Amino acid sequence: MSAPDFSHDGIRTARGTAFRYLFMICALLSILTTVAILLTLLVDAVDFFRIVSPVEFLTGTQWSPTNEPVSFGVLPLISGTLIITIGSAMVALPIGLLTAIYLSEYASERRRAYLKPALEVLAGVPTVVYGYFALVYVTPVLDTFLPLSTFNALSASIMVGIMIIPMVSSISEDAMSAVPDSLRQASYGLGATKFTVSTSVVVPAALSGIFSSFILALSRAIGETMIVAIAAGQTPRMVDLTDPAGMFLNSIQPMTSAMVQIGTGDIVGQGAAYKSLFAVGLTLFVITFAMNLVSELIASRYREVYR
Amino acid sequence: MAADTSDDSAASGFGQISRSKDVAFRLLALAATLIGIVSLAALLLNVAIDAVGWLDWGFLTNPPHPNPNEAGFLPALVGSIAIMLLIALITFPVGVGAAVYLEEYANDGYLTRFIQLNIANLAGVPSVVYGLLGLGLFVGLLNIGYGSVLAAAFTIALLILPIVIISAQEAIRAVPDSQRQASYGMGATKWQTIRNVVLPRAMPGIMTGTILALGRAIGETAPLIMIAAPTTVFGIPNSLLSKVSAMPLQIYNWASYPQTEFQYGVVAAGVVTLLVVLLTINSIAIIIRNRYQQRT
Repeated sequence: MSAPDFSHDGIRTARGTAFRYLFMICALLSILTTVAILLTLLVDAVDFFRIVSPVEFLTGTQWSPTNEPVSFGVLPLISGTLIITIGSAMVALPIGLLTAIYLSEYASERRRAYLKPALEVLAGVPTVVYGYFALVYVTPVLDTFLPLSTFNALSASIMVGIMIIPMVSSISEDAMSAVPDSLRQASYGLGATKFTVSTSVVVPAALSGIFSSFILALSRAIGETMIVAIAAGQTPRMVDLTDPAGMFLNSIQPMTSAMVQIGTGDIVGQGAAYKSLFAVGLTLFVITFAMNLVSELIASRYREVYR
Repeated sequence: MAADTSDDSAASGFGQISRSKDVAFRLLALAATLIGIVSLAALLLNVAIDAVGWLDWGFLTNPPHPNPNEAGFLPALVGSIAIMLLIALITFPVGVGAAVYLEEYANDGYLTRFIQLNIANLAGVPSVVYGLLGLGLFVGLLNIGYGSVLAAAFTIALLILPIVIISAQEAIRAVPDSQRQASYGMGATKWQTIRNVVLPRAMPGIMTGTILALGRAIGETAPLIMIAAPTTVFGIPNSLLSKVSAMPLQIYNWASYPQTEFQYGVVAAGVVTLLVVLLTINSIAIIIRNRYQQRT
């Protein structure tokens, strides 16, 4: 391969090699994206931490980036995110798990062919539409029997929950379908009913896949932006464990909603409020990335067991 | 399916209980399956009823207006479609290229597994974070303008790229290996095999995945807010660098108006328009998928 090879075969090989590297660059672009996300977040977040100490950011209980007295404690925002996550988990995890059991164990082939795409529609609806639904239709209905504020965590949680149902159900169903049929047959052979087989054999056997779907769905709920920005309001407040009802009935502000508020504000330039956007973004990124990673690792482990 | 015990009456009693428990559980699971679908259908019905009278030709061809009767959707509609076309131009070649590399060229080493894990993780990064990436990289570093068509397209293209790659990989993986072997047997090179055998066979699947991803792109709002796309634009974008709005952004803006005419009229019309466009896109994907399935 010392002299350039201009034979027909040589050109063919060279072209093949050129495409190989071109495609490799495309694949490497994904790693570049991750690096770019980290760098853009870090550069401005580090600037922010020169103005506000990380300790103050991570332990402060007041979030008020633009109004005097300015303060940048991220805990109220994390509280808000936690409330939405817990609320949507209470909706999506049981419903998603039951859906997965139904689809994998009970539904006929034909029914599954209708129900699965119908469920996938839930994840395909733009989140801004869900936010609007929550604000304009769900809140007024709930308001007739609950003391709700116009903006509240409850309607937002319900909507986020509905949005993430398909993430729980489809991954859990995959995990349940991967459970070998011999386990089910063995259980039936012992005289078990379908209920027992589903809950005592299939679900425990698919547990790692189910867990991984839960984590992934919760990570999605943590990062969900438009529903909470429209319907949950903009009142950063700390979790008050003594008043769980009040937490859900009143306006809160998760991390993502705070980012939208700063993003739509007139904050241009290099002030601390603008930079705080990147610090909050970094916090959000680290939390969701870690959760996605854990979910992926758990899922790949269960894949190895049954293949 | 009663448990096998020696005592007959106990056995039937036990069987009765466990059978009714079985039926109850079956119904509970079915109900859970339907909850999401039914509530979405109810909400969609509500919004469709509210949109009646507001969704007319004037709405589709007018620019936004503070008076609800004259408010229109045209700049947002055109903006969304312009952004989407650009996203398709960016993500399709890059996504397919990456998928071809991972499925056909890469060997199963640490680097490949790392890339794969990274792609899976990128698919789960919140869209608002991609917005910050767009703000820092495209608007800040490369200076292609706050809220421009190009900045919006690049930002959302990066957001849906992992989805395009993953679905293209699945389509390529579904091409039977025997066809590759046949091509090699004819003396074809790897690239010729990919171009003449693998890609044509995988193309319907790749198209379906890409179109579905574009459907997701058209609904993205948070990244546009982060790159400071204006929520209300009165004209149609006339260059890649002009400021652009998009349907979901306009909906977000209108939803914050306090008047009922906006809350239950104009926004509903916007939501219906957005969903109709989305539905059209998804049906195209389904048609491609069905035609492909019939052929094989």
